[in-house]
This record gives sequence, structure tokens and C-alpha cells, in this order.
Amino acid sequence: MNEREVVVRIEGLHKSFGHLHVVRGVDMEVRRGEVVVIFGRSGSGKSTVLRCVNFIEDPSEGTIEVAGIRLQGGHRTRRKRAQIRQLRLHVGMVFQQFNLFPNMTVLENVMVAPLLAKRGTEDEIRKRAMDLLDRVGLSDKPAEHPIRLSGGQQQRVAIARALAMQPDVMLFDEPTSALDPELTGEVLSVMKSLATDLHMTMMVVTHEMGFAREVADRMAFFHEGRILEEGPPSEIVSGAEHPQTRAFLDAVL
Amino acid sequence: MDTPGPSQEPGLLERLELASARVPFRYKVATVWVAIFIVLGFFGAAAKFDLGWIRDKIGFIAGGLQYTLLIALGGIVLAVVLATIGALARIGRHPIAYGIAGFYVSFFRGTPLIVQMFLIYLALPQIGRNLAVEYAWLPDGFNDALILDAAVAGTLALGLNYGAYLTEIFRAGVQSVAGGQGEAADALGMTYGQKMRRVVLPQAFRVIIPPTGNEFIAMLKDTALISFLGATVANAEIFRRSQLVGKADFKNLEAYLTAALLYWGLTILFSYFQSRLEARIGRGYDRAAFAKQLPPGHGAQTTAAARAEVGAVPPPRPPADPSRLDGRTEGPA
Repeated sequence: MNEREVVVRIEGLHKSFGHLHVVRGVDMEVRRGEVVVIFGRSGSGKSTVLRCVNFIEDPSEGTIEVAGIRLQGGHRTRRKRAQIRQLRLHVGMVFQQFNLFPNMTVLENVMVAPLLAKRGTEDEIRKRAMDLLDRVGLSDKPAEHPIRLSGGQQQRVAIARALAMQPDVMLFDEPTSALDPELTGEVLSVMKSLATDLHMTMMVVTHEMGFAREVADRMAFFHEGRILEEGPPSEIVSGAEHPQTRAFLDAVL
Repeated sequence: MDTPGPSQEPGLLERLELASARVPFRYKVATVWVAIFIVLGFFGAAAKFDLGWIRDKIGFIAGGLQYTLLIALGGIVLAVVLATIGALARIGRHPIAYGIAGFYVSFFRGTPLIVQMFLIYLALPQIGRNLAVEYAWLPDGFNDALILDAAVAGTLALGLNYGAYLTEIFRAGVQSVAGGQGEAADALGMTYGQKMRRVVLPQAFRVIIPPTGNEFIAMLKDTALISFLGATVANAEIFRRSQLVGKADFKNLEAYLTAALLYWGLTILFSYFQSRLEARIGRGYDRAAFAKQLPPGHGAQTTAAARAEVGAVPPPRPPADPSRLDGRTEGPA
């Protein structure tokens, strides 16, 4: 695994919201095909780190590199805006609240970004979108409006929508936290299939320790804006070094 | 006073009350309206209301309808264009655009519409004349270039004035679109223009339509102010025409009442169109209505999301009527 190229490289990342210093120096590398689970208490900065990777939040300080595009934090200049857009074309993101576009059908949701980015003819893009809907188990719903789907179905559409841009890395920001317990399974199994079938590079913020144990190559425990502990699930889940990590795991397991 | 015991027959008042309870509310309201018109008719007759005169002159007064409508349509189109630019400028936070839009909104909301009309109709020509005198290089005829027809000046003033109010309505509409929508568009690599056109504006549109309809209806009525600019008979709108004939025949009551009824009819007509349009646009978006249709197990999630969003933007719409729901269960068009 270690010989594979680095897809995401985070160096010296800091993020403040006003006086609130949320991320206090994070370094991280994610290699192609790797699944990294990020976990920790709410407010530990884990979601913020994820949102800094594709500049949904602008890093205050530090460097983000995705698929060879290397960008500094700090002020967003006109030139940097264009570079951010280029970087984002390599990153897919799945949100806690799904954020599907309610003014479009399921199929339109999946097709809109590739169409706008001119990733092929409309027929090609439609075919790929239908394949992706099939992959997430929703090939029977292309003409439906998102609002008529359950939360689990919406989140699976959101995954297909992100995959449609053929990203190098997928970011999952608490993808099952807004779901009823009985609906998390369908989303997690789709995510698992991305890892096992597609060897997708994934950064997943989640408290689903079952998923982490089964799918993750690496787990990183965030505490007060830093990575306190990091390692393969087998080591972290059963033998965490730090008392904070152990306390947190005891609470969620 | 003896109170009726359980065995007693209900008294007259109680029987009336019970009979009244069986009459639907809207019938009672309709009766009140009819009564109002009867009373008004009585007063009209007592005041020697001249229906014959109205029959003679209504054709002339109603001939102003086309100008009233044309002015209002021109005004609302101009207002919508200005408001779209203004709202994007207020959202984009580019200092120059933001500053200009801020000045525009502040001035045109902060001064009376009638003053703006006179500024455009009577003050602009003076600027043109003075500039032409001061700068000889200006083309010939420039001194007359800023002399506008009363209807044109009035339409401009209406458009500018209502555009300022609509700017704020449009801005609020765009900002009411949930933040996650913009983030999702960003994350998919859309440009700012793509995000606005494909994601934000279509959703904002739904919020913007009802108040824009209200502004249009208000503007229909404000077209009457143009009569103060002294429009000629040839292109006079409703109110100016009623002024002209009412004054000539000393039939002010009949003339102005005719004008009032014409405006009233117009606003009722456009309110009806507006409610139809709102019902159409609401289709496919109404989260609360959709959530109700989902099986109970699936409901909780969606309803919570719906409440969050509906709470952020109280939809200024009448409550959903059952026929609309039926239409939706057939699935998206």
C-alpha cells in the first residue's frame, strides 16, 4: 500500500473561525485506494479538516494537495479561485444532510455536474449516471424528485452524484448521522462496495465503528483540533494508547 | 331570569343560534358582501348616481386599460431586470457593484415615487439643456434628448422605484436557499455562474414569485400617479381619462368610481393568476406535503429536514389545497 501515490496531502493545516481555533496543526497523507476513517468528539475539528480538503472551508494556514494540485491556505485570490475549482473536480463529497438539488430529478442530480464540466456527450453521461444509480441500487428511481425518497435513498443518490465526476478521492462528512438507525445500513453497504469493488480512495468522518473495523485501512482520532492517535483499526479499536481515545471508543462502541 | 333546564324546549334565540351554525361560513360572508352592495346601491341612488353617464363614458375610461397595463408591464420588466442585477451585486460583495446597488436601493426606497416621477419627467430635460450649453461637443439635439414622454418617464420611475424594493426581495430569496445547496454545487466543481443558474436561482425563484406578484399588483395601482405628469388624451391611462371626463361633465363620483372599479377588477384578476402560478411553482418542492406521503418509517427523517428548511424560509403561500396534492401523487411530470 505504501508504494501507491499520495492522492491527498494535508500539511500544517490550521483553521480558525474568528477567535475559535478549531484545527490546530494537522498533517495527513492518503494514498490511492486507501480508506481513512476520521473520528472524534463533536467540535474536535474532524469535519472542518474534511471541508478544508476541497476548500468548502478556506484553510487559515497550511497546504492542501489533491491529485498533484497544491494550494496554500489563506486569502482566496482570483487565480486561486480557478485552481480551487480544478482541485474540486478531483474530489467528490457526501454531506450529512445529503444536499440533493430539489429542483432536479434524481437522474438530473447525477448528470448535472458532468454535463456542466463537459465530461462527454449527454448520452454518455446519461448512461454513466444510470450505471451509477444501478450501483447504489436506485436504477428504478431516475425520474423521481429527491424529496420523495427516504433519507437513505437520498444519501445513496448523493453518493452517485459525487461519483459521477469520477473523483480521485471521496469525502464523506458523517454520511449516516442524519439517518434513522434502520436506514444507515443501506448507505454503509454502498460505501463498503466503493472500497471493495472500486478501490475508491475515501476519507470518512463517522462514528460507525463497525464500518471502520470492516472497511478502513487506517483510523485517525481527532482531539482538540489535532490527530491524537492514528493507525490500523485492529490497533486503534482494541488497543488505543491514549486514554481520550479509549474513553471515546468506550462511549461509542 | 330562569335558566332552561335539560327538559325544557330550546328558546327562540337558541334555535336561531343552532340554525345559524348549520349555514356554512362562506355563505354568511357572501351575504354580508351582498348587503354591502345593496347599501351602497341605496346611497348611490340617493346621491343621484348617474348610471347612464357611466354607460356613455366607460368605453372612453376603459380605453385607458391598455396604457395602464402597458405601463405596469414595462415597469415590472424593468424592475425585475434591475432587481436581478441589484440582488446579485448585493450578494456578490464586490465593493463597486455592492456600493452602486446599495446607493440605488437606498435612494429609490428612501424617496417618494411621485418625486422620482417629477425628477425624471421635469428635471432630466433641464440637465440635458444645461449640458448641451456647457459642452459644445455634444451632438446636436442633445438638449432635447432627455425630454421624455410622460408615459415613458412614468414607466421609468415605476421600474426604478419598484426595482429597488424587488432588489431586496430577490436578495432575500437567494439567501433563503439553504447553504448546503451552494456547498454541494461548489463541491461538484461548478463555477459561480453555474451554481447560480442551475441550483440557487431556480430554488430562489419559488420564494421570489409571490412577493413579486404583490409588487406588480401594487404597481398597477401606482400607474395612476402618472396622471400628475399631465399625459395627453392620446395615451392617457385609466385615472387620467376619468379625471378628464369627470371634470368636464361634473360627474366626479361616477368617473372616479368607474376608475376604482376598473383597478379593482385588474387586481382581482392578477391576484387570481398569481395564485395559480404559485400553485404550479410549488409543485415538486413542497417538502412538508411530500413527507406526508412517505410511509411512516421513512417520514421522520424527511420531515425533520423539511422543518429545518421550511423554518428557514416561511413560504409566503396559501396552505396547500387537496387538489394540488392529488396532482403530485401522479409523480413528476
